[in-house]
Amino acid sequence: MSTVTKSTGPAAVPLRFATPIGGVAGTSFKPEHLPAILAAGPRRGFFEVHAENYMGDGGPPHRALEAIRRDHSLSLHGVCMSIGGPRPLDKAHLARFRGLVARYQPALVSEHLAWSTHETSFFNDLLPLPYTEATLACVCDHIDQVQEAIRRPLLLENPSTYVAFRESSMRETEFIRAIAERTGCGLLLDVNNVFVSAANHGFSALDYLADFPLSRVQEIHLAGHAEQADDEGDLLLIDSHDGPVADAVWKLYEIVIQRRGAVPTLIEWDSRIPDWPVLQAEAAAAQVILDRHRSAAMAGERHAA
Amino acid sequence: MRPEPGLSFATSFAQALLDPARETPEIVTGPNGKAAAKRYAVYRNNVTVSLIESLAAVYPAVQRITGAEFFRAMARFHVRSHPPTSPLLFEYGREFPEFIEAYEHAQTMPWLADVARIERAWLDAYHAGDAAPLSPARLSAIAPARLADAVFIPHPAMRIVRSPYSAVTIFAANRGSTPAARIDASRPEDALITRPEFDVAVRHLPAGGAVFAAGLASGQPLGEAAATALDASPDFDIASNIAGLIEAGAFTSLAAGDA
Repeated sequence: MSTVTKSTGPAAVPLRFATPIGGVAGTSFKPEHLPAILAAGPRRGFFEVHAENYMGDGGPPHRALEAIRRDHSLSLHGVCMSIGGPRPLDKAHLARFRGLVARYQPALVSEHLAWSTHETSFFNDLLPLPYTEATLACVCDHIDQVQEAIRRPLLLENPSTYVAFRESSMRETEFIRAIAERTGCGLLLDVNNVFVSAANHGFSALDYLADFPLSRVQEIHLAGHAEQADDEGDLLLIDSHDGPVADAVWKLYEIVIQRRGAVPTLIEWDSRIPDWPVLQAEAAAAQVILDRHRSAAMAGERHAA
Repeated sequence: MRPEPGLSFATSFAQALLDPARETPEIVTGPNGKAAAKRYAVYRNNVTVSLIESLAAVYPAVQRITGAEFFRAMARFHVRSHPPTSPLLFEYGREFPEFIEAYEHAQTMPWLADVARIERAWLDAYHAGDAAPLSPARLSAIAPARLADAVFIPHPAMRIVRSPYSAVTIFAANRGSTPAARIDASRPEDALITRPEFDVAVRHLPAGGAVFAAGLASGQPLGEAAATALDASPDFDIASNIAGLIEAGAFTSLAAGDA
């Protein structure tokens, strides 16, 4: 980089590294909860927002996010970068994403192993991809570009899927591990997605977690799912984010925390959004698990010393 | 552009997403050879329903007027023929008013497209850049001899929608939850949409007001814009119109040749 680059002030460029926020539980930020959140004052935890909702020039969305950011750590969760698609990344979208990282200095920045745009159409869904050497190279190239733009590692989220691809030649865990090793990105482990995909594809969620590079996980997502049926009338789980976290997902989560230690954990709730106290109670339940394992880890350290 | 080898999956997968007549792509499967039709249909459903809901979020008054069932059927056609081209869904649906205008089953509501245009402008104003509105004192500080040359800079949120129908009244009556009274839809109404701070406001412009405001927004000096407005509407009143526009937050600054 040239030495004549003009200094543009601390907020103009993203931090090279995120500020660690430790093992705290957070929630999705929904604007309808803003009055209740502000009335309650600063609280332990963090808020996660979908980046695309804050890509307008101004107005109430930015005012709300500024109010939240004043007292809380933020997680910026991109939904539409289409990292998993074969098309080159949308440069304008990448610039907007970078701009949000620079403006709000989030503690966590994440995106999905999925695609949503093809040719000129945006499909507004997290679409699946085959796991092959060709797609691996493409995804890694896209992540390199994102990390170059935001000047720090991205956390990549494992998907929930309903179909598999005949051409896939790698397991999902193998694919994700290779991405993390090649790009240096961190991982966002969505435990509900693991549970949903395991049910939908008939594999063991525990086997998946045993094969998942847990040491790279820097954020966890928990959410509710819905039940449907597949072509044979068997159970098909839908990653609906419209209800409380299922008991079985809580159990998996505790296993993950036991192995990985306390990492920031988010309760995602995106439709049929409940009143703030309900969402807050879900986060409190995650915090209890996080605290239990943090104190266990600290006790372990004292014994070892 | 031809995809690179091994990367054609997205083309195959995407083709059937918005086209119910197409078969499930052969590249996908369920586990252990299970069928994938219902599984793939989850994606089809997610895409179509979420985009219909995006249109409903942009056009709540249109949905309230037509009812949810009518709206969703109309929106489904639009989603399939005009999927979004930007990942920013608050930008979606710019072609929807024209689509409504041509939609066979909406012909009995000729004012519906203009209500949609006001809703689209409302959301644009909501997300527009922040800027302090022009203070009324700034205008009164200008010497009367120079007033005709004053040029106004429009606020980023300012929009004008003109309608040969009572679109502003219909819009206003259907954005809340109170029951709408019977409205005479035949009076032409022009809307001024502004957002001086953080609340979007929709006002009904007086006679000649839309021509005047559009002239000023396009950079016409005050005198010229007023003359054009007077040509369009003989009972145009410059004093109340300029005061109304400034009070609404339509401008951020003005230059009077003295600055």
